Amino acid sequence: MLTADEVLVRALVDQGIEHIFWHPGGANFPYHRALSDCEEIALVLVRHALGACHMADGYARATGRPGVVMLTSGSGATNSITGIANAYMDSVPIVVLCGRDSSGDSVSTQLDETDMIGVSRPVVKHSYVLPSAMDIPRIVREAVFVATSGRPGPVVIDLPRSAYESKEKYEYVMPETVSLRGYRPAESGHAGQIKKALDALLRSARPLIYAGGGVIHGDASSELLTFAECLNLPVATSLMGLGAVPGSNRLCLGMLGLHGSRIANNAIAHTDLALALGTRFDERAIDDPETFCPQARVIHVDIDPSSISKTITADLPIVGPVKEVLSILNQLACDRKEVQSKRNDRYMSWWEQVEGWRQKISEDTRENMTDSNSKHIHPQDVVQVLYEETKGEAFITTDVGQHQIFVAQGYKFSASRRWVTPGGLGTMGFGLPAALGVQFAAPQETVVCITGESSFLVNLQELSTCAQYDLPIKVFCFNNGTLGMVNQWNQIHGWKNGLLGYPESMPDFVQLVEAFGHRALRASTRDELKRAVSLAFSHECKSQTVFVDVRVDPNVRLLPREERGCSTSASSSASQ
Amino acid sequence: MKQLLAILFENEAGALARVLGLFAQRNVNIESLSVAPTEDTTMSRLTLLTVSDSQTIEQITKHLNRLVGVVKIVNLVHVEHVERELMLVKVCAEGEERQEIKRTCDIFRGQIVDVTTNTYTVQLVGPTAKLLGFLEAIGRAHILEVVRSGTCGITRGAKALSLGPKGA
Repeated sequence: MLTADEVLVRALVDQGIEHIFWHPGGANFPYHRALSDCEEIALVLVRHALGACHMADGYARATGRPGVVMLTSGSGATNSITGIANAYMDSVPIVVLCGRDSSGDSVSTQLDETDMIGVSRPVVKHSYVLPSAMDIPRIVREAVFVATSGRPGPVVIDLPRSAYESKEKYEYVMPETVSLRGYRPAESGHAGQIKKALDALLRSARPLIYAGGGVIHGDASSELLTFAECLNLPVATSLMGLGAVPGSNRLCLGMLGLHGSRIANNAIAHTDLALALGTRFDERAIDDPETFCPQARVIHVDIDPSSISKTITADLPIVGPVKEVLSILNQLACDRKEVQSKRNDRYMSWWEQVEGWRQKISEDTRENMTDSNSKHIHPQDVVQVLYEETKGEAFITTDVGQHQIFVAQGYKFSASRRWVTPGGLGTMGFGLPAALGVQFAAPQETVVCITGESSFLVNLQELSTCAQYDLPIKVFCFNNGTLGMVNQWNQIHGWKNGLLGYPESMPDFVQLVEAFGHRALRASTRDELKRAVSLAFSHECKSQTVFVDVRVDPNVRLLPREERGCSTSASSSASQ
Repeated sequence: MKQLLAILFENEAGALARVLGLFAQRNVNIESLSVAPTEDTTMSRLTLLTVSDSQTIEQITKHLNRLVGVVKIVNLVHVEHVERELMLVKVCAEGEERQEIKRTCDIFRGQIVDVTTNTYTVQLVGPTAKLLGFLEAIGRAHILEVVRSGTCGITRGAKALSLGPKGA
């Protein structure tokens, strides 16, 4: 027999939860004792509720396991909304347990009170109120199942304080299965549709795989690579799909879209059959739905039916988990003689065209760059140096802005789940706490946070959490002294005085980070950058948080595809 | 375009709010709504009338299906169905007009469920168009108060909307 708080903790342990990102307060005080007594769960004390959510988010992206957050009521709850919305937009499984002061039936106006279920409703996959301790095991189990299955997403559980203060004891009964009659995510795709998809691919002349975040969330990378290699198919990815196939693989064309590579955008503009896997055809990826891949039929595989034919009409829809669908495709392909026989010369002329773009592009790789003899550090230099140092194997978190896109364009991820970026919501302040979450999940791995000075200021309080838990993350702050992405659009639109006084008000980042007890360096030239990078990854700094204030060229612009002549639409033919 | 959704969902606190939130988020107005538990009281049935294009309603339907508490949805405009709505109308009925109002009520097969010396309260059941026809026949000047239940709908034939895999 257990008290309610013990029931909650035992239920979390039974669901395999090993870390809880926790910001304390009166409303979650009652179960603090049981949690601190629990040896299976490490309680991570953070500095801000939002930081807790981003950490859980990073933790979940890196592992596929649910990130769990425990917060107090009132502002503790409302501060988490951005983090929950961020996880919702990017389909990340987090479970947020929010304390509540009142007894549960009504929303009163007590201290620290808010209707968390109501406030979070539009940005959660599902939410629960725990009316009685008897329901705890079932609800915890359901919450984890809902968060992690189907299209993953955040789940909120509201915990009324009164349920935990009683000394009453309960029998702990965890139900054997989850039974939700209103929630049955697809377990496999339609066999007939999958066969049609393979037939269509074999008939096509210029096929292209467009891989999205669903490939990452669905752990389908190895099935994807097997299939792409088997049919000799080029693969472009969305921002969220980076790492779906190794970036250095010859089949990988990089990211498509507004800031995508020329080769990927050219390929999507010319393909006659796009196999879209786990992607929602976001506006930044496709631009205008009317002109997107104009010559192509579209096969769309997604576990979420609401993503299919939302913006781009699917000619062949397949509702199901990408991993299972690809496994069946691989099986079917194995059984076909014609697939095996002419493996390497399939789609020859298409590949010649694609390689032609690749060739041309390598000639003007540094298309975004200012003078390469400039003494300023170009953001691409930093990404390149980091790539060489970490060999594409680091876990990289980012914030939002120019730095994010430069990493997406330049860092060739060797595997999935290593790219941790706030794609859908565009959340500045994500990178640092997310890096902490990743490092908790993967203590032996190299975790790098690439950020901009403006983004970094949004959640820098978590540097203190970093010190408390000795997390050896490496932070590279692209400091151009301005909100780069905003500023470049200001310039493009001719609003010259948009950020007046902003650069002058930036702090001394080295002093700032040192005040938190971390090692901080400044790099203003390429040589200093190289030295800083080797030091950051040296044995000497193996167990230290290192921050590098990289003074990048403030005049660098990040031109969108149209201005670089690589739209995803037919008009890009001109750039062939 | 008129859309009439029949939705089976969990009869629990907050479930209806999630359903309605999806319409509000897309700025789609709900024309009428009627909801009550089914023969299985753990489940409620909602009939929702709205006006929207077919693409919008398809997206909303897909998102409704995503809700954990929603068990089944059918758009009744795509199938043979019966629609009924109940209306209570309080009308001013004085002097010679009392007879005329009673006759109109009979023509529409309404029932007078409450009487005072100068009013009738009429109960009317039928498709929405019939109810509106009655209001027009009585004339705005005589109407004191109107309450409508919202449309209820059910499919024709032997096939029933019940538990089973979710349909789009």
